[in-house]
Amino acid sequence: MADDTLFSQVLDPANRADPYPLYARLRETPVARQSDGKVVVSTHAAIRSLVFDPRLSSEDLPPSRRPRTGNPLKDWFLNPLKDRVANAHRPLIFRDPPAHDALRGFVMAEFGVERVRALHGRVSSLVDALIENCRGRDEVCLVEDLSYPLPVAVICDLLGVPEADEPQFQAWATQLATALEPDARGDEATRRANVAAFDAIASYMRALIKAKRRHPTGDMLSGLAARGASGEARMGEVDLISTAILLLVAGHETTVNLITNGMLTLLRHPDELERLKSEPARAPRVIEELLRYEPPVHFRTRKALGDIDIGGTIIPKGTAIILLFAAANRDPARFADPDRFDPDRPDIQHFGFGGGLHYCVGAPLARIQAEIALLALCRRLHDPRLLADPPPYRPGASLRGPEMLGISITGIT
Amino acid sequence: MSGTPEPLGIAIVGASLAGLRGAEALRLNGYDGPLSIVGDEPYRPYDRPPLSKHVLAGELAAGATQLPNLVSLDARWHLGQAAIKLDREARIIALAGGTALSFDRLLIATGAQARPWPDPEAARLSGVHTLRGRDDAADLRAALVKNPGRVVIVGAGLIGCEAASCCRDLGLPVTLIDPNPTPLARSLGGAIGGVIAGCLRDAGVDFRPGTQVRALEGDGAVRRVALSNGAAIDADLVIVALGAVRATGWLAAAALMADAGGVTCDGACRVLTADGTAVPEIYAAGDVARWPIPLYDGRLVSIEHWGNAVEQARHAARNMLAAPDDQRPYDHLPAFWSSQFGINIKAVGLTEGADSLAVVQGSLAARRFLAVYGQAGRSIAAVSFDEARWLPAYAERVAARRPFPPIRDANDQPAITSLPPGFPPPRAARHHGVAMGGAHG
Repeated sequence: MADDTLFSQVLDPANRADPYPLYARLRETPVARQSDGKVVVSTHAAIRSLVFDPRLSSEDLPPSRRPRTGNPLKDWFLNPLKDRVANAHRPLIFRDPPAHDALRGFVMAEFGVERVRALHGRVSSLVDALIENCRGRDEVCLVEDLSYPLPVAVICDLLGVPEADEPQFQAWATQLATALEPDARGDEATRRANVAAFDAIASYMRALIKAKRRHPTGDMLSGLAARGASGEARMGEVDLISTAILLLVAGHETTVNLITNGMLTLLRHPDELERLKSEPARAPRVIEELLRYEPPVHFRTRKALGDIDIGGTIIPKGTAIILLFAAANRDPARFADPDRFDPDRPDIQHFGFGGGLHYCVGAPLARIQAEIALLALCRRLHDPRLLADPPPYRPGASLRGPEMLGISITGIT
Repeated sequence: MSGTPEPLGIAIVGASLAGLRGAEALRLNGYDGPLSIVGDEPYRPYDRPPLSKHVLAGELAAGATQLPNLVSLDARWHLGQAAIKLDREARIIALAGGTALSFDRLLIATGAQARPWPDPEAARLSGVHTLRGRDDAADLRAALVKNPGRVVIVGAGLIGCEAASCCRDLGLPVTLIDPNPTPLARSLGGAIGGVIAGCLRDAGVDFRPGTQVRALEGDGAVRRVALSNGAAIDADLVIVALGAVRATGWLAAAALMADAGGVTCDGACRVLTADGTAVPEIYAAGDVARWPIPLYDGRLVSIEHWGNAVEQARHAARNMLAAPDDQRPYDHLPAFWSSQFGINIKAVGLTEGADSLAVVQGSLAARRFLAVYGQAGRSIAAVSFDEARWLPAYAERVAARRPFPPIRDANDQPAITSLPPGFPPPRAARHHGVAMGGAHG
């Protein structure tokens, strides 16, 4: 079946650098059934309708062949999308209403405008220091030098992880990130390393939460841990740990790609890079267009709780549905000249942060980091040029981004 | 004095949401001739939904509700000059200040007025308020902050309930009186109205269902509200929230099909003469327009909601500039919202004629739910209490005339059972075709 071949090709690392021609062909069948029973949805209209459909579930996804660990918390993490594990204690991206709403409510209450705004200065000084580290070199390795370390440090700050523990946290985050990829195929050694990292971070979190309860420090984890003290609803300890780990991993992996894809795109469009440099006020438009043009997350999987009629097709109850957000972002039925990077386009209603119920909780924080990082890179790097185009990509088809991005420079400001 | 007629062009009578969006649509569609906009209030177009919410609560000044201009209009504004007469043959509008305004084409967007207390003398007592315009809201807010004694609200429709909610937030004692068994009975039915009745109770509102008000009594200022059951309630402030009547008085001599229920139009928003002929150069939009709505099989309705004012005005403006053989029919999915007692209420469709109701997500007990109204097996409307995120999915089904109930196997879905929606029997036609009476949004 032709459609089937197309999505297999999307998963094939050989097509990682430019999956967009495949997406264009997939869009010809907006709801494309695969031979394994999954359905791939790729047009803007169909995805828009589905993310607001109450019959879409993020729970109880089809079982995988991975072994269970016996620890449900570990299972959701190590078998994130494929294993049918107990729903209790899965974090909110794997939950439906009403449980999802309660968990999300806790997080949103601690993820307010003030808290995000307060991180502005911290992000700026981190970015400046990371760029400063490159002084004297004629080459920047963007992922290693900036895209990777920045989000982890910011999330540590947000959660309230002491600065001294950050390097350790960073190591765990890097290890666990590999397990979040929906199409990851880790070998036994990777799996063991993931389990070890998971156990380590979970017990670290447990201790940290206990400490925050005793001595609140004004950060998100203190806020989450303090809830319930005066009788209102509270988050259970296991939920708290799983939420903290989710924030770390989800906020981290995606932001890395947003910054790296962003710089890659600007280097491929030098006029835009120059314009951004001279008109910093363009940054929000540039970021939104990046989220459309090269989004950090290309697809997510859901399940149909009932028969869903869409675009003349019935998706049967129980079907796994792949929402191909990145294809919808390039849908010519919605966006004029969709394959052109154009921050001035009047309509940028992208799915770069997903959509509907599970719309990215951390979107404002991601926007701030991308804006500050890209503006600083444009301003401070002298004569930046790509060393390899396309760059090598990480294996993931969903959390898609370069593994490294070498940029030659003649100096830094 | 009667001046020289203004140059011809397009006139819009009504300077509220529909008038403004209609004017903008004319310009966006390329109309570059003279454009006059007439408004009876002295203000540029402003937004009404906040008046019964944020303005009463003191979060927003009544004067801070001006609507943004989305397009440069280059219009002649005649504000504070109500249109008092339409001479259809001569194509002249007489304004209250004596101006005579000539036009080639006319958009009627005069909206509606608060239905006054039927006894004009009692309605003039100080302390008796209605709530429709900016000045009404400013006056009412000023009266509320003087910490009056008991506030009596007559009518438990959307405006009455929103006002009750605001007054309780301000700590004022409130009595709410309605002839129906529950609040919101006409717009949402008794089953859903019962949820708001619970909110009223929890908020400490003295709710008097099944009760009529016989008279407002006082001596210059209102003192008492006399009930039909013989009881009386002492009151320092009365809010009369009895819905709205369409502002069509100025059309009385124009031989149009116009009354307190609106001015009747054909499907393309052209007004009809008394003998049922469409007038090619006169259109109507917004609250004042009564038209055969295709989605409900051509039933004549006038929709008092924000979204209709915007869409219908744009549609009418488009047709005004189009050739006679290119007049497109106007269809619309009615929608409104309300916020009261900390609950965000949103609804789509027309509930009139519903014979069944099903809660499809959440629960009435939790006051967080989505419910669908059915009529003869078809989904005709849906309402959400703090569940607006799923409403578009149901709206799509209502617009597509899907069976009732429309969606099974949703998340957080209870066992679906069909309940009687609990609408009161139709009242004697004060004005017919009014959907979801008393709403604003």
